Parts: sequence; C-alpha cells; structure tokens
Amino acid sequence: MSRLQVVSGKGGTGKTTVAAALALALATEGKRTLLVEVEGRQGIAQLFETETLPYEERKIAVAPGGGEVYALAIDPELALLDYLQMFYKLGGAGRALKKLGAIDFATTVAPGLRDVLLTGKACEAVRRKDKSGRFAYDYVVMDAPPTGRITRFLNVNDEVAGLAKIGPIHNQAQAVMRVLKSPETEVHLVTLLEEMPVQETADGIAELRAARLPVGRIIVNMVRPEVLDAAELDLVRAVPRTALAQSLSAAGLGGARRGGNAEKLVDPLLAQAEEYAARYALEHDQRAVLGALELPLHELPLLAEGMDLAGLYELATELRKQGMS
Amino acid sequence: MSQDQERDGARRLSSARVLDVDPLLDDPETRIVVCCGSGGVGKTTTAAALGLRAAERGRRVVVLTIDPARRLAQSMGIDSLDNTPRRVKDVDGDGELHAMMLDMKRTFDEIVEAHADRERAAAILNNPFYQSLSAGFAGTQEYMAMEKLGQLRAQHDWDLIVVDTPPSRSALDFLDAPKRLGSFLDGKLIRLLTAPAKLGGRAGMKFLNVGMSMMTGTLGKLLGGQLLKDIQTFIAAMDTTFGGFRTRADATYKLLQAPGTAFLVVAAPERDALREAAYFVERLAAEDMPLAGLVLNRVHGSGAARLSAERALAAAENLEESRIVDQVGGKAGLRNSPDTYGSSESAGTGSPGSRAAARDEGSPAATDDERPADKRPDDEPSVDRLTAGLLRLHADRMRLLSREQRTRDRFTARHPEVAVAEVAALPGDVHDLAGLRDIGNRLAAGRPELPETTV
Repeated sequence: MSRLQVVSGKGGTGKTTVAAALALALATEGKRTLLVEVEGRQGIAQLFETETLPYEERKIAVAPGGGEVYALAIDPELALLDYLQMFYKLGGAGRALKKLGAIDFATTVAPGLRDVLLTGKACEAVRRKDKSGRFAYDYVVMDAPPTGRITRFLNVNDEVAGLAKIGPIHNQAQAVMRVLKSPETEVHLVTLLEEMPVQETADGIAELRAARLPVGRIIVNMVRPEVLDAAELDLVRAVPRTALAQSLSAAGLGGARRGGNAEKLVDPLLAQAEEYAARYALEHDQRAVLGALELPLHELPLLAEGMDLAGLYELATELRKQGMS
Repeated sequence: MSQDQERDGARRLSSARVLDVDPLLDDPETRIVVCCGSGGVGKTTTAAALGLRAAERGRRVVVLTIDPARRLAQSMGIDSLDNTPRRVKDVDGDGELHAMMLDMKRTFDEIVEAHADRERAAAILNNPFYQSLSAGFAGTQEYMAMEKLGQLRAQHDWDLIVVDTPPSRSALDFLDAPKRLGSFLDGKLIRLLTAPAKLGGRAGMKFLNVGMSMMTGTLGKLLGGQLLKDIQTFIAAMDTTFGGFRTRADATYKLLQAPGTAFLVVAAPERDALREAAYFVERLAAEDMPLAGLVLNRVHGSGAARLSAERALAAAENLEESRIVDQVGGKAGLRNSPDTYGSSESAGTGSPGSRAAARDEGSPAATDDERPADKRPDDEPSVDRLTAGLLRLHADRMRLLSREQRTRDRFTARHPEVAVAEVAALPGDVHDLAGLRDIGNRLAAGRPELPETTV
C-alpha cells in the first residue's frame, strides 16, 4: 500500500467514513496512521465521537493489535501562518497580513493557494521522520474533496506553478506534486451502486488519469445484502397471492382469508419486492459499469443500524479482510 | 396477534407540519424558489421537478441548474452550455418551462464586459490571474449563481425562477462565498495592492507605509513577483468595475430576503444531510431569509409498516425452520399453483397492480384449516422460502424506515416550525420529464411517507 491514501467520492457516498475505516484498517498491528481532514467539516470528530478537532495531530483511536490512529483537521488559515512562520519567521507579519485580509485572500480567494496549503500539509506529514529516521506515520489517509473537484484539488501544481512562476509557493507546489504523482500516493474513489455516483466515478477516473495522478481502487459503499436473487424474484412473481397469504398465516401473522391480517400483508410485501427487484437490476448494471473500469473493487456493507463507532471498526475489519491494508 | 401489529406501529414523537408545495408554486407572489442543501441530496432533481410542476400548473418558469447529471440535462435539452435559458419541449398545459445550466466563466466574462470599456475588458479577460479566478475555485461558482439569478430576475421574462445551488461541501457556502468574494474585491487588501503609489508622499502616513512595503514585500516573496504583478494589473484594470460588483452582490442578497423569495432546504434522511439542513434553517432565520420548508428526498415508507422488523424476522425464521423439520403440514408448493387456487388467479403476470386486481374471490376459501397439505420435492423452492425472503426484505425495509424516522424526528424536534415534504425513494435516477413529473407528484402529495404513530 502506498503511504499516502487519498479517499474521494461523490457527496453522500460516505467517503469520510471509508477514509476513517481505512485509517483504522491500516493502523492494525502496531502501525501508526494519520487521518487528515481538509474541508473543515469536523466529520472525523463526529465519526469517532470525540470533541471538535483542533489544528493539531492528536490520537483519536487505538486499532486492534495496538496500532494508533491520529487525526488532523487542517485549517488552511493556520496552515498558512504555520508555513510563514516555518519558512520565513513571519509571525508578526502574519498577524498584520491577517488584519489586512491577506490571509483571508490567500486561503479563500487566491487560485489554488488554499489547495497547495492543504495538500502541502498532508505531504509534509507523509515525508516527516522522527529522530531515529523512521517515518512519523506509516500511512497518511486523506479525507479529500469530492470526485468532481479531486483532480483540480490534487493537481494544483499546474495552476499554481503556472501562476507563481518563481518563489517559495512555486517550489512548494512542485514539491507537493512530486509526492502526489509518485507511487507513494493512491487515490481511491468511493461510490454507491447508483447511476450518478458510478458515472461520476468513471468521469473522475478519466480525469485523474489524464492528469497522471495515481488511481488506486474503487470502494463501493453501503452495499445492501442480497435477500432474493434474480431467480427467486422471478418465482415471487409467479406465486399465487393466496399461497403467499397462507404461508404468511402459517408463519403466525394472522388469517389468510381475504381481509385477514396475513392476506393484507401480501400486496405491500409484493410491492416492496418489485422495488427491490428494480433496484437489484439497476445495481447489477452499475456493477457491470464499475467492472469495466478494470480497477480493484471493494464492497462495504450497508450497516442496518446506521454509522457509529462500532460500525466503523466493522468496516475496518471488512477492508482488512478484503486485503486493503 | 393483531394487537401486536397495532403496537408495532411506528413510533413518533411529534408530527411535523406538512409542506404544501402547490400553493407555493401557484402563488403569483412567489417569484424565486431557491433549492439549497448539502451535496448528493437531489437538489438539482428537486429544482427541475418543481419547475416542471409550476410550468404545468400554468406559470412561466425558468430553472437555473448548476451542475445537472448529463442525462437529466439532455432530457431538458440543456446539455449544451450556452448560458441562456432554453425552452423545454413537451411540457403540458399553458405554462412554459425554460431551463439553463450555469456557465460560470461566461457569466463572469459578461460582468466584466458589461462594466468595462472594450480595451479594459480585454486586459482583464487576458489576465492570467483573472482566468484562474473565473475558471472556478472556492466561491466563484456561488457568486456567479447569485449573479445569474439577479440577471434573470431583472429580465422580467419569467414569473417564477427556480434556482439550484452549487454542489458545495456545506450548504452554507452558497450564502457565504459571494460575500467573501465581494469583500475581497472591495477590501483593504485590494486598496493596499493598488494604492501604495498614491499614498507614498504624504506625511503622517509613514508608519502605514512601512507596514505596506513590508506587506507587498512579503506577498511578493510568498506569491512570486510575477503573480503579484498579475494580481496588481488585474486589480488596476478592474478598479472601475469593483463598485459595480459590490452593488450587484448586495442587490442580489437583498433579493433573497424579499417577500417573493422562498427557500427550500433539500435533504436526504441521513444524519449528515439533516445536520446541514438544520444549520441552514438557523442561518436563514438569522439572515431574515424566507424559508418555505424542508424537502426530504429518498424517504422509504412501507405499506405494511405495522409489521415490525423483529416480527417479520421471527416469522421468516419460523417458516424456514418448519420447512426443515416438517416438510408436510401447512406448506404450499409451487407445484400446486396455479390450479389449486382457482381459475381467477393470475399466476406469473407482471406488476403488483395486476396481482392486486386478481383477487381470490371464487376460489376455495383459504383459511388456516384448509391449506393444501401435500408434499413437494425438497429441491423445489417452496413458497415458504419465498415468503421468508419477502419477510426478510420487509425487515430490512423496516430497519431503514425506523432509522430514517429517528433522523427526521431529531430534525423536527429541533425545528418544529419547519414544514416538511417527504418524497418517496425511487429505485433509479430520474432522467426524463415523466420522471420529473412523478417526483413533482410525490412532492405535492402532502402526506408523510414515513408512517405516523398508531398508538
């Protein structure tokens, strides 16, 4: 596995959840991972049920086997001040710049600068070593912007290096790109088995490839269990209603007679089966589309009770089982 | 047993007010409907469905979409980007539906062209900093959506404008980004970058001057001299148009507070989406912006909501177990169908509708005592197995439903004043007018999909 794992996906596909599960999966067996948030949503804190994360690397979870997950919510403004301080000892000037709105400008309006800072901070964590020369983190997992913006986000180099042709920003952008375009990085896309997310995944992969960014794997999230297969669905359509009513009645759900409680269940249950069948067919098609992309494909189950901390560990175990660590 | 079914009805603390969509769309005073919400909740589809419904109810509507799915855009004939509304064909009724897809860069270019003379406009349009700024990064899309909305409103060609908002990480970006860009274009930094020469000679400004040369020096160091120069040139060229920018941004913002505007917050019944929705509701209230209600998309209901997940699973297990231990009593095999059950049965026909039509009138009264009791080969799938499958499907549905219910109730407990329209989930995506019409019907149905308390 590459040391920088970038996780993107269409909005609503659960990319933060998958990034967190991946950070946990990679941390098992004594490894140390850093989970990085770049969009200021505090999604990681919510997932791990901790208080709001500051701009500071802190331990948020212990993985099975003693590994550790650290988390960092990157604040572009603080990252910039950090950066000014680190490279130019510009603490005071930084404050003055802030007063003038320059920091605001740099982090919200200046083209790409914000993204340079965000990716820059992540890459710094990837390269950082401790005194003994060991990497500070075995893996860095980034909860990245959505598929529609990921290529632009990661590919700040062209833009910024093109705009700022010399100077430290230029150098910084190029250093970041060296990490992002190397085998040290993998960009994974999270999707659902639905048309739009799958389409966006296909488009996103094409864009990443065109920009020569390393595409990793496709992770299909929230996969519903198969309750009835295609053959069974055909059979459901063929069974007489009375037979179903009797069967429901035999299961202890009331009378099978017309108007009986079991009989009244037949129509709604069949309607739900039709909805399931339509979805089943659609999912089948979308799996085929994803299959044609010829990338390693992982599937994570929909957790019936919704996402919580226990569910996160469950997904991490699942990722490990599927060899994604 | 039936008592159990009563008791298993869905639990719900308080009923949310139901959002009545049609009166909102029909009211001639309603001039702008803004659909906002976090990414992936179906904003674009909702905006398109509302636009179509309003048009088919007689209004002259334009829908401004930001980033529609390709097939949806094609179905409305707006898959080519030309930044002007196109009339949508095959709309029923007397009204009209026009639709357009926002071209952010072109909108920006048009503002520049409208505010600067030709020479200056050309200088701006060719400036590398401008090209990057207008091609879209944080804020530009939101700003341009607002700008386009202002333009459409000023044209008086439509009596209703439905706006989709840009896909952003947070629903609030839509309100904040234009201000951010506006305050940048109008701010101290701009003056700093353009003005040092003017201030240079004045006495008493010495301190400021030192600060400023340090600033520009720092910025130059940081950004590289070339970029700083590009920015300065850009700003100098834009100088005269800034006032215009600011005024326009303010005017559009005021438009959103006007009585003819209605905000619809769109969400899916998921924790994150509804949390964003709640923030947005609070924010709209703080900004005096009129909220019409919440559209809750992709909600799952059930016609058999009285049968709980637990009982459905227990019944399914019951069927599966008894099949193993007792192959004889009370099992109806497929082999028996359809003749065992009377000629009026329509076995093997398509939809649930046709099945529902085929009542078992005239067939032998099917009571628990009279079930056929003949044996079938083990390898043949039994009706019981299929029934168990149906019950398991139902159990999954009920778990999903109660999760959605809990999520929604958390929102309504926090914001009981917000009217809610629940839209049942469709198995697939919408990419034609018929699909949009269907969504419109679901939106306007005026009844909650998730069941009410049945205590």
